[in-house]
Amino acid sequence: MNALAEAFRLIITLDPDLFEILWLSIRVSLIALVIAAVIGLPLGTWLAITRFPGRKFCILLLNALMGMPPVVVGLIVYLLLSRSGPLGWLGLLYTPSAMIIAQVVLITPIIAALSNQVIENLHQEYSDTFYSMGITGRRAVVAYLVDARYALTTCILAGFGRAIAEVGAVIIVGGNIDHVTRVMTTAIALETSKGNLTLALALGTVLLTLSLLVNALVIGVREYAAERQYA
Amino acid sequence: MKHLVIFVALAFSTHTLADTIIVQSTTSTQNSGLYDYLLPLLKKDTGVQVNIVAVGTGQAIKNAMRCDGDVLLVHARSDEEKFVADGYGEYRRDLMYNDFVIIGPKADPANVAGAGDVIEALRRIRQAGARFASRGDDSGTHKKERSLWQAAAIDPDAGSGQWYLETGSGMGATLNTGVSLGAYVLSDRATWISFANKQDSTILFEGKPALFNQYGIIPVNADKCPNVNREAANTFTQWLLSETGQAAIAAYQVEGKQLFFRTPARLHSTIELK
Repeated sequence: MNALAEAFRLIITLDPDLFEILWLSIRVSLIALVIAAVIGLPLGTWLAITRFPGRKFCILLLNALMGMPPVVVGLIVYLLLSRSGPLGWLGLLYTPSAMIIAQVVLITPIIAALSNQVIENLHQEYSDTFYSMGITGRRAVVAYLVDARYALTTCILAGFGRAIAEVGAVIIVGGNIDHVTRVMTTAIALETSKGNLTLALALGTVLLTLSLLVNALVIGVREYAAERQYA
Repeated sequence: MKHLVIFVALAFSTHTLADTIIVQSTTSTQNSGLYDYLLPLLKKDTGVQVNIVAVGTGQAIKNAMRCDGDVLLVHARSDEEKFVADGYGEYRRDLMYNDFVIIGPKADPANVAGAGDVIEALRRIRQAGARFASRGDDSGTHKKERSLWQAAAIDPDAGSGQWYLETGSGMGATLNTGVSLGAYVLSDRATWISFANKQDSTILFEGKPALFNQYGIIPVNADKCPNVNREAANTFTQWLLSETGQAAIAAYQVEGKQLFFRTPARLHSTIELK
Protein backbone atom coordinates (compact mmCIF):
# COMPACT_ATOMS: atom_id res chain seq x y z
CA MET A 1 0.00 0.00 0.00
CA ASN A 2 2.86 2.34 0.92
CA ALA A 3 4.45 1.48 -2.40
CA LEU A 4 1.32 2.50 -4.30
CA ALA A 5 1.17 5.80 -2.44
CA GLU A 6 4.86 6.37 -3.10
CA ALA A 7 4.40 5.56 -6.80
CA PHE A 8 1.52 8.02 -6.97
CA ARG A 9 3.55 10.69 -5.20
CA LEU A 10 6.50 10.24 -7.58
CA ILE A 11 4.23 10.61 -10.58
CA ILE A 12 2.10 13.58 -9.51
CA THR A 13 5.07 15.56 -8.20
CA LEU A 14 6.73 14.97 -11.60
CA ASP A 15 9.85 13.79 -9.77
CA PRO A 16 12.66 14.80 -12.17
CA ASP A 17 14.89 11.82 -11.36
CA LEU A 18 12.04 9.42 -11.97
CA PHE A 19 11.16 10.95 -15.29
CA GLU A 20 14.78 10.99 -16.42
CA ILE A 21 15.08 7.27 -15.67
CA LEU A 22 11.68 6.49 -17.14
CA TRP A 23 12.47 8.40 -20.33
CA LEU A 24 15.77 6.58 -20.75
CA SER A 25 14.00 3.23 -20.25
CA ILE A 26 11.45 4.10 -22.91
CA ARG A 27 14.04 5.50 -25.29
CA VAL A 28 16.39 2.52 -25.04
CA SER A 29 13.65 -0.08 -25.33
CA LEU A 30 11.82 1.67 -28.18
CA ILE A 31 14.97 2.08 -30.26
CA ALA A 32 15.90 -1.55 -29.59
CA LEU A 33 12.37 -2.56 -30.54
CA VAL A 34 12.44 -0.68 -33.84
CA ILE A 35 15.79 -2.18 -34.82
CA ALA A 36 14.72 -5.66 -33.70
CA ALA A 37 11.44 -5.37 -35.64
CA VAL A 38 13.22 -4.21 -38.79
CA ILE A 39 15.43 -7.30 -38.59
CA GLY A 40 13.09 -9.79 -36.94
CA LEU A 41 9.85 -9.35 -38.87
CA PRO A 42 11.29 -9.88 -42.37
CA LEU A 43 13.50 -12.67 -41.07
CA GLY A 44 10.60 -14.52 -39.45
CA THR A 45 8.47 -14.01 -42.56
CA TRP A 46 11.16 -15.09 -44.95
CA LEU A 47 11.77 -18.27 -42.94
CA ALA A 48 8.04 -19.00 -43.12
CA ILE A 49 7.66 -18.76 -46.87
CA THR A 50 10.92 -20.07 -48.27
CA ARG A 51 12.14 -23.63 -48.36
CA PHE A 52 15.80 -24.58 -48.05
CA PRO A 53 17.78 -27.29 -46.28
CA GLY A 54 18.39 -26.31 -42.67
CA ARG A 55 15.33 -24.05 -42.52
CA LYS A 56 13.75 -26.15 -39.77
CA PHE A 57 16.98 -25.89 -37.82
CA CYS A 58 16.98 -22.09 -38.18
CA ILE A 59 13.46 -21.92 -36.81
CA LEU A 60 14.40 -24.24 -33.96
CA LEU A 61 17.38 -22.03 -33.19
CA LEU A 62 15.21 -18.89 -33.17
CA ASN A 63 12.79 -20.52 -30.76
CA ALA A 64 15.61 -21.62 -28.49
CA LEU A 65 17.11 -18.12 -28.55
CA MET A 66 13.81 -16.76 -27.22
CA GLY A 67 14.74 -18.36 -23.93
CA MET A 68 18.21 -16.82 -23.85
CA PRO A 69 18.91 -15.53 -20.32
CA PRO A 70 19.41 -11.75 -20.40
CA VAL A 71 22.49 -12.03 -18.20
CA VAL A 72 24.17 -14.23 -20.82
CA VAL A 73 23.36 -11.72 -23.56
CA GLY A 74 24.74 -9.00 -21.29
CA LEU A 75 27.93 -10.94 -20.75
CA ILE A 76 28.47 -11.59 -24.46
CA VAL A 77 27.81 -7.98 -25.42
CA TYR A 78 30.04 -6.84 -22.55
CA LEU A 79 32.94 -8.98 -23.77
CA LEU A 80 32.44 -7.65 -27.31
CA LEU A 81 32.26 -4.00 -26.29
CA SER A 82 34.87 -4.13 -23.54
CA ARG A 83 37.90 -1.95 -24.25
CA SER A 84 39.94 -5.11 -24.62
CA GLY A 85 37.23 -6.79 -26.72
CA PRO A 86 36.97 -6.83 -30.53
CA LEU A 87 34.60 -3.82 -30.64
CA GLY A 88 36.22 -1.93 -27.78
CA TRP A 89 37.49 0.79 -30.11
CA LEU A 90 33.90 1.97 -30.60
CA GLY A 91 33.85 3.17 -26.98
CA LEU A 92 30.25 2.07 -26.54
CA LEU A 93 30.49 0.22 -23.22
CA TYR A 94 28.57 1.92 -20.40
CA THR A 95 26.49 4.00 -22.82
CA PRO A 96 22.79 3.76 -23.72
CA SER A 97 23.90 2.44 -27.12
CA ALA A 98 25.40 -0.63 -25.45
CA MET A 99 22.09 -1.24 -23.73
CA ILE A 100 20.25 -0.93 -27.03
CA ILE A 101 22.59 -3.45 -28.66
CA ALA A 102 22.04 -5.94 -25.83
CA GLN A 103 18.28 -5.56 -26.05
CA VAL A 104 18.31 -5.95 -29.83
CA VAL A 105 20.18 -9.24 -29.41
CA LEU A 106 17.67 -10.28 -26.78
CA ILE A 107 14.40 -9.44 -28.54
CA THR A 108 15.14 -9.98 -32.23
CA PRO A 109 14.76 -13.77 -31.84
CA ILE A 110 11.46 -13.25 -30.00
CA ILE A 111 10.01 -11.07 -32.73
CA ALA A 112 11.38 -13.33 -35.49
CA ALA A 113 10.14 -16.57 -33.92
CA LEU A 114 6.68 -15.27 -33.06
CA SER A 115 6.17 -13.59 -36.44
CA ASN A 116 7.40 -16.76 -38.13
CA GLN A 117 4.53 -18.63 -36.49
CA VAL A 118 1.97 -16.01 -37.52
CA ILE A 119 3.12 -15.91 -41.13
CA GLU A 120 3.42 -19.67 -41.40
CA ASN A 121 -0.29 -20.01 -40.63
CA LEU A 122 -1.09 -17.33 -43.18
CA HIS A 123 1.21 -18.91 -45.73
CA GLN A 124 -0.78 -22.16 -45.78
CA GLU A 125 -3.79 -20.10 -46.80
CA TYR A 126 -2.20 -17.72 -49.30
CA SER A 127 0.70 -19.52 -50.91
CA ASP A 128 -1.20 -20.62 -54.02
CA THR A 129 -2.81 -17.23 -54.56
CA PHE A 130 0.48 -15.39 -54.22
CA TYR A 131 2.21 -17.88 -56.45
CA SER A 132 -0.38 -17.53 -59.18
CA MET A 133 -0.15 -13.76 -58.97
CA GLY A 134 3.61 -14.03 -59.38
CA ILE A 135 4.34 -12.50 -56.00
CA THR A 136 7.58 -14.02 -54.77
CA GLY A 137 10.75 -13.18 -52.95
CA ARG A 138 11.01 -9.79 -51.34
CA ARG A 139 7.60 -8.70 -52.62
CA ALA A 140 5.99 -11.70 -50.99
CA VAL A 141 7.65 -10.91 -47.64
CA VAL A 142 6.29 -7.35 -47.78
CA ALA A 143 2.85 -8.56 -48.86
CA TYR A 144 2.63 -11.00 -45.95
CA LEU A 145 3.85 -8.42 -43.45
CA VAL A 146 1.27 -5.90 -44.61
CA ASP A 147 -1.47 -8.47 -44.59
CA ALA A 148 -0.65 -9.77 -41.12
CA ARG A 149 0.13 -6.37 -39.58
CA TYR A 150 -2.54 -6.61 -36.89
CA ALA A 151 -1.57 -10.07 -35.75
CA LEU A 152 2.07 -8.99 -35.74
CA THR A 153 1.47 -6.24 -33.19
CA THR A 154 1.33 -8.95 -30.53
CA CYS A 155 4.80 -10.13 -31.55
CA ILE A 156 6.06 -6.58 -31.27
CA LEU A 157 4.43 -6.05 -27.88
CA ALA A 158 6.03 -9.25 -26.63
CA GLY A 159 9.40 -7.89 -27.71
CA PHE A 160 8.77 -4.55 -26.06
CA GLY A 161 7.66 -6.23 -22.84
CA ARG A 162 10.83 -8.26 -22.67
CA ALA A 163 13.00 -5.21 -23.42
CA ILE A 164 11.48 -2.81 -20.92
CA ALA A 165 11.35 -5.40 -18.11
CA GLU A 166 14.84 -6.79 -18.53
CA VAL A 167 17.61 -6.02 -16.01
CA GLY A 168 20.30 -8.69 -16.34
CA ALA A 169 21.74 -7.50 -19.65
CA VAL A 170 21.48 -3.73 -19.28
CA ILE A 171 23.06 -3.66 -15.83
CA ILE A 172 26.18 -5.37 -17.17
CA VAL A 173 26.65 -3.39 -20.37
CA GLY A 174 25.22 -0.12 -19.06
CA GLY A 175 26.76 -0.22 -15.61
CA ASN A 176 23.73 1.44 -13.96
CA ILE A 177 25.49 4.83 -14.03
CA ASP A 178 23.41 7.60 -12.51
CA HIS A 179 22.15 10.09 -15.15
CA VAL A 180 23.83 8.08 -17.93
CA THR A 181 22.64 4.47 -18.06
CA ARG A 182 20.29 4.10 -15.10
CA VAL A 183 16.94 2.78 -16.26
CA MET A 184 13.83 1.69 -14.36
CA THR A 185 14.87 -1.92 -13.84
CA THR A 186 18.44 -1.15 -12.75
CA ALA A 187 17.14 1.57 -10.41
CA ILE A 188 14.78 -1.00 -8.88
CA ALA A 189 17.69 -3.41 -8.39
CA LEU A 190 19.76 -0.65 -6.77
CA GLU A 191 17.02 0.50 -4.40
CA THR A 192 16.37 -3.11 -3.41
CA SER A 193 20.03 -3.54 -2.55
CA LYS A 194 19.88 -0.37 -0.46
CA GLY A 195 16.98 -1.90 1.44
CA ASN A 196 14.59 0.79 0.18
CA LEU A 197 11.95 -1.81 -0.59
CA THR A 198 9.03 0.61 -0.67
CA LEU A 199 10.72 2.88 -3.20
CA ALA A 200 11.77 -0.17 -5.25
CA LEU A 201 8.21 -1.44 -5.33
CA ALA A 202 6.94 2.04 -6.19
CA LEU A 203 9.29 2.16 -9.18
CA GLY A 204 8.04 -1.31 -10.13
CA THR A 205 4.47 -0.01 -10.01
CA VAL A 206 5.39 2.89 -12.29
CA LEU A 207 7.04 0.49 -14.74
CA LEU A 208 4.00 -1.77 -14.71
CA THR A 209 1.77 1.24 -15.36
CA LEU A 210 3.94 2.24 -18.32
CA SER A 211 3.71 -1.27 -19.72
CA LEU A 212 -0.06 -1.18 -19.31
CA LEU A 213 -0.31 2.16 -21.12
CA VAL A 214 1.84 1.02 -24.03
CA ASN A 215 -0.17 -2.17 -24.45
CA ALA A 216 -3.47 -0.30 -24.23
CA LEU A 217 -2.28 2.22 -26.78
CA VAL A 218 -1.10 -0.35 -29.30
CA ILE A 219 -4.15 -2.57 -28.92
CA GLY A 220 -6.41 0.49 -29.12
CA VAL A 221 -4.80 1.62 -32.35
CA ARG A 222 -5.04 -1.90 -33.74
CA GLU A 223 -8.76 -2.20 -32.96
CA TYR A 224 -9.47 1.24 -34.35
CA ALA A 225 -7.59 0.55 -37.57
CA ALA A 226 -9.17 -2.88 -38.01
CA GLU A 227 -12.61 -1.42 -37.52
CA ARG A 228 -12.05 1.32 -40.09
CA GLN A 229 -10.75 -1.17 -42.57
CA TYR A 230 -13.83 -3.37 -42.51
CA ALA A 231 -16.41 -0.59 -42.00
CA MET B 1 13.41 4.49 -42.81
CA LYS B 2 13.71 8.16 -41.88
CA HIS B 3 12.37 7.37 -38.43
CA LEU B 4 14.89 4.63 -37.97
CA VAL B 5 17.70 7.04 -38.77
CA ILE B 6 16.35 9.52 -36.23
CA PHE B 7 16.03 6.80 -33.62
CA VAL B 8 19.57 5.62 -34.13
CA ALA B 9 20.87 9.19 -34.11
CA LEU B 10 19.10 9.70 -30.79
CA ALA B 11 20.64 6.54 -29.45
CA PHE B 12 24.15 7.58 -30.28
CA SER B 13 23.74 11.16 -29.10
CA THR B 14 25.03 10.36 -25.62
CA HIS B 15 28.68 10.61 -26.55
CA THR B 16 31.33 10.80 -23.90
CA LEU B 17 32.74 14.17 -22.97
CA ALA B 18 36.43 14.99 -22.74
CA ASP B 19 36.43 15.33 -18.96
CA THR B 20 34.37 12.26 -18.19
CA ILE B 21 35.89 9.25 -16.46
CA ILE B 22 34.57 5.87 -15.43
CA VAL B 23 35.31 4.63 -11.93
CA GLN B 24 35.14 0.88 -11.30
CA SER B 25 34.02 0.88 -7.71
CA THR B 26 33.03 -1.27 -4.80
CA THR B 27 29.33 -1.09 -3.94
CA SER B 28 29.46 0.25 -0.38
CA THR B 29 30.61 3.69 -1.50
CA GLN B 30 27.61 3.93 -3.82
CA ASN B 31 24.97 2.28 -1.64
CA SER B 32 25.87 4.52 1.28
CA GLY B 33 25.27 7.63 -0.82
CA LEU B 34 28.90 8.82 -0.57
CA TYR B 35 29.21 9.45 -4.31
CA ASP B 36 25.93 11.37 -4.47
CA TYR B 37 27.49 13.70 -1.92
CA LEU B 38 31.10 13.86 -3.18
CA LEU B 39 30.74 13.98 -6.94
CA PRO B 40 28.86 17.32 -7.19
CA LEU B 41 31.59 18.89 -4.99
CA LEU B 42 34.28 17.40 -7.23
CA LYS B 43 32.50 18.60 -10.36
CA LYS B 44 32.31 22.13 -9.00
CA ASP B 45 36.00 22.19 -8.06
CA THR B 46 37.53 20.44 -11.05
CA GLY B 47 34.90 20.13 -13.78
CA VAL B 48 35.49 16.38 -13.98
CA GLN B 49 32.37 14.30 -14.59
CA VAL B 50 32.59 10.90 -12.90
CA ASN B 51 30.54 7.89 -13.96
CA ILE B 52 30.38 5.21 -11.30
CA VAL B 53 30.10 1.52 -12.14
CA ALA B 54 29.47 -0.09 -8.76
CA VAL B 55 30.18 -3.83 -8.61
CA GLY B 56 31.96 -6.07 -6.13
CA THR B 57 35.68 -5.48 -5.62
CA GLY B 58 36.62 -8.70 -7.47
CA GLN B 59 34.57 -7.78 -10.52
CA ALA B 60 35.72 -4.14 -10.41
CA ILE B 61 39.36 -5.25 -10.54
CA LYS B 62 38.69 -7.61 -13.47
CA ASN B 63 36.76 -4.92 -15.34
CA ALA B 64 39.62 -2.46 -14.82
CA MET B 65 42.10 -5.09 -16.07
CA ARG B 66 40.07 -5.13 -19.30
CA CYS B 67 40.56 -1.35 -19.47
CA ASP B 68 36.87 -0.66 -18.80
CA GLY B 69 37.56 2.11 -16.30
CA ASP B 70 39.86 5.06 -15.63
CA VAL B 71 40.11 4.67 -11.87
CA LEU B 72 39.70 1.75 -9.48
CA LEU B 73 38.23 2.36 -6.01
CA VAL B 74 37.98 -0.85 -3.98
CA HIS B 75 38.84 -2.46 -0.66
CA ALA B 76 41.09 -5.51 -0.92
CA ARG B 77 44.62 -4.35 -0.15
CA SER B 78 46.63 -7.33 -1.42
CA ASP B 79 44.65 -7.57 -4.67
CA GLU B 80 45.09 -3.84 -5.21
CA GLU B 81 48.84 -4.12 -4.72
CA LYS B 82 48.96 -7.00 -7.17
CA PHE B 83 46.96 -4.92 -9.66
CA VAL B 84 49.60 -2.19 -9.51
CA ALA B 85 52.52 -4.63 -9.46
CA ASP B 86 51.17 -6.31 -12.61
CA GLY B 87 51.25 -2.95 -14.36
CA TYR B 88 47.50 -2.29 -14.53
CA GLY B 89 47.57 0.62 -12.09
CA GLU B 90 49.69 3.77 -12.03
CA TYR B 91 49.95 3.83 -8.22
CA ARG B 92 47.88 2.97 -5.18
CA ARG B 93 46.96 5.26 -2.30
CA ASP B 94 45.05 4.66 0.90
CA LEU B 95 41.90 6.71 0.44
CA MET B 96 39.83 6.25 3.58
CA TYR B 97 38.78 3.59 6.03
CA ASN B 98 35.98 2.36 8.23
CA ASP B 99 35.34 -1.07 9.66
CA PHE B 100 33.40 -4.26 9.25
CA VAL B 101 30.69 -5.25 11.71
CA ILE B 102 28.83 -8.48 12.40
CA ILE B 103 25.09 -8.10 11.97
CA GLY B 104 22.60 -10.50 13.47
CA PRO B 105 19.17 -10.80 15.04
CA LYS B 106 18.69 -8.84 18.26
CA ALA B 107 18.04 -12.08 20.17
CA ASP B 108 21.64 -13.10 19.26
CA PRO B 109 21.24 -16.91 19.65
CA ALA B 110 25.00 -17.47 19.32
CA ASN B 111 25.81 -14.74 21.86
CA VAL B 112 28.19 -13.09 19.43
CA ALA B 113 27.93 -9.84 21.36
CA GLY B 114 29.73 -11.44 24.30
CA ALA B 115 32.70 -12.69 22.25
CA GLY B 116 36.14 -11.35 23.12
CA ASP B 117 37.42 -11.19 19.56
CA VAL B 118 36.18 -11.81 16.04
CA ILE B 119 37.61 -15.35 15.92
CA GLU B 120 35.60 -16.24 18.99
CA ALA B 121 32.52 -14.57 17.50
CA LEU B 122 32.72 -16.78 14.39
CA ARG B 123 33.33 -19.89 16.49
CA ARG B 124 30.25 -19.10 18.56
CA ILE B 125 28.15 -18.79 15.39
CA ARG B 126 29.41 -22.17 14.24
CA GLN B 127 28.93 -23.86 17.61
CA ALA B 128 25.42 -22.50 18.07
CA GLY B 129 24.49 -23.91 14.66
CA ALA B 130 23.32 -20.45 13.65
CA ARG B 131 23.07 -19.45 10.03
CA PHE B 132 25.53 -17.12 8.35
CA ALA B 133 24.83 -15.31 5.08
CA SER B 134 27.98 -14.81 3.01
CA ARG B 135 28.46 -12.58 -0.03
CA GLY B 136 30.04 -15.47 -1.90
CA ASP B 137 30.94 -13.10 -4.75
CA ASP B 138 34.69 -12.51 -4.48
CA SER B 139 34.08 -8.96 -3.26
CA GLY B 140 36.32 -7.17 -0.78
CA THR B 141 33.95 -8.00 2.06
CA HIS B 142 33.80 -11.62 0.96
CA LYS B 143 37.59 -11.89 0.87
CA LYS B 144 37.75 -10.39 4.36
CA GLU B 145 35.13 -12.82 5.63
CA ARG B 146 36.97 -15.80 4.14
CA SER B 147 40.21 -14.74 5.78
CA LEU B 148 38.45 -14.49 9.14
CA TRP B 149 36.98 -18.01 8.83
CA GLN B 150 40.43 -19.25 7.96
CA ALA B 151 41.88 -17.53 11.02
CA ALA B 152 39.17 -19.20 13.09
CA ALA B 153 40.15 -22.59 11.60
CA ILE B 154 36.59 -23.20 10.41
CA ASP B 155 35.84 -24.45 6.90
CA PRO B 156 32.45 -22.90 6.11
CA ASP B 157 32.24 -24.64 2.72
CA ALA B 158 31.51 -27.90 4.52
CA GLY B 159 28.24 -26.33 5.67
CA SER B 160 27.45 -24.58 2.41
CA GLY B 161 23.72 -24.58 1.84
CA GLN B 162 23.07 -25.69 5.41
CA TRP B 163 24.26 -23.07 7.88
CA TYR B 164 26.61 -21.21 5.51
CA LEU B 165 24.54 -19.45 2.85
CA GLU B 166 26.45 -17.97 -0.07
CA THR B 167 24.17 -15.48 -1.78
CA GLY B 168 26.54 -14.64 -4.63
CA SER B 169 25.16 -11.10 -4.49
CA GLY B 170 26.04 -7.60 -3.40
CA MET B 171 26.14 -6.36 0.19
CA GLY B 172 22.61 -5.02 0.14
CA ALA B 173 21.09 -8.19 -1.35
CA THR B 174 23.01 -10.29 1.18
CA LEU B 175 21.76 -8.09 4.03
CA ASN B 176 18.20 -8.48 2.73
CA THR B 177 18.68 -12.26 2.82
CA GLY B 178 20.37 -12.27 6.23
CA VAL B 179 17.80 -9.99 7.82
CA SER B 180 14.91 -12.08 6.48
CA LEU B 181 16.42 -15.35 7.70
CA GLY B 182 17.69 -14.03 11.02
CA ALA B 183 21.20 -15.03 9.91
CA TYR B 184 24.51 -13.45 10.86
CA VAL B 185 26.24 -11.32 8.21
CA LEU B 186 29.61 -9.61 7.93
CA SER B 187 28.99 -6.14 6.49
CA ASP B 188 30.94 -2.96 6.06
CA ARG B 189 29.62 -0.40 8.49
CA ALA B 190 28.72 2.19 5.85
CA THR B 191 26.35 -0.08 3.95
CA TRP B 192 24.70 -1.23 7.17
CA ILE B 193 24.10 2.26 8.57
CA SER B 194 22.53 3.46 5.34
CA PHE B 195 20.63 0.19 4.80
CA ALA B 196 16.89 0.82 5.09
CA ASN B 197 15.55 -2.70 5.68
CA LYS B 198 17.13 -3.51 9.04
CA GLN B 199 13.99 -5.11 10.54
CA ASP B 200 14.98 -7.06 13.65
CA SER B 201 18.74 -7.14 13.02
CA THR B 202 21.41 -5.00 14.57
CA ILE B 203 25.19 -4.65 15.02
CA LEU B 204 26.26 -7.36 17.47
CA PHE B 205 30.01 -7.29 17.17
CA GLU B 206 32.30 -4.41 16.28
CA GLY B 207 35.29 -2.31 17.14
CA LYS B 208 38.15 -4.80 16.87
CA PRO B 209 41.34 -4.13 14.89
CA ALA B 210 40.81 -7.33 12.88
CA LEU B 211 37.72 -5.70 11.37
CA PHE B 212 39.59 -2.73 9.91
CA ASN B 213 38.42 -1.89 6.39
CA GLN B 214 40.78 0.10 4.19
CA TYR B 215 39.69 1.59 0.86
CA GLY B 216 42.29 2.20 -1.81
CA ILE B 217 42.32 4.28 -4.97
CA ILE B 218 44.26 3.46 -8.13
CA PRO B 219 44.33 5.33 -11.44
CA VAL B 220 44.41 2.78 -14.25
CA ASN B 221 47.71 2.72 -16.12
CA ALA B 222 47.35 4.69 -19.35
CA ASP B 223 50.32 2.87 -20.89
CA LYS B 224 48.44 -0.40 -20.53
CA CYS B 225 45.06 1.08 -21.49
CA PRO B 226 45.45 3.86 -24.05
CA ASN B 227 41.77 4.80 -23.74
CA VAL B 228 42.31 5.95 -20.14
CA ASN B 229 41.80 9.66 -19.55
CA ARG B 230 45.00 10.04 -17.57
CA GLU B 231 44.63 13.70 -16.76
CA ALA B 232 41.05 13.51 -15.50
CA ALA B 233 41.75 10.26 -13.64
CA ASN B 234 44.61 11.96 -11.82
CA THR B 235 42.57 15.07 -11.10
CA PHE B 236 39.87 12.89 -9.53
CA THR B 237 42.36 10.86 -7.48
CA GLN B 238 44.33 13.85 -6.28
CA TRP B 239 41.18 15.76 -5.37
CA LEU B 240 40.00 12.88 -3.17
CA LEU B 241 43.42 12.70 -1.51
CA SER B 242 43.66 16.48 -1.07
CA GLU B 243 42.71 18.30 2.11
CA THR B 244 39.42 19.34 0.45
CA GLY B 245 38.53 15.80 -0.60
CA GLN B 246 39.56 14.18 2.68
CA ALA B 247 37.60 16.77 4.68
CA ALA B 248 34.56 16.15 2.47
CA ILE B 249 34.79 12.38 3.02
CA ALA B 250 35.03 12.91 6.78
CA ALA B 251 32.09 15.30 6.76
CA TYR B 252 29.69 12.85 5.12
CA GLN B 253 27.12 11.50 7.54
CA VAL B 254 24.07 9.26 7.44
CA GLU B 255 21.66 9.43 10.36
CA GLY B 256 24.17 11.54 12.26
CA LYS B 257 26.95 8.97 11.89
CA GLN B 258 30.22 9.36 10.05
CA LEU B 259 30.64 6.51 7.53
CA PHE B 260 34.17 6.93 6.18
CA PHE B 261 37.29 8.19 7.92
CA ARG B 262 40.21 10.03 6.36
CA THR B 263 43.52 8.26 6.16
CA PRO B 264 45.85 9.68 8.82
CA ALA B 265 48.52 11.82 7.15
CA ARG B 266 51.37 9.87 8.75
CA LEU B 267 50.21 6.71 6.96
CA HIS B 268 50.34 8.28 3.51
CA SER B 269 54.13 8.34 3.31
CA THR B 270 54.69 4.81 4.58
CA ILE B 271 52.07 3.19 2.40
CA GLU B 272 53.21 4.89 -0.77
CA LEU B 273 56.44 2.88 -0.58
CA LYS B 274 55.02 0.03 -2.54
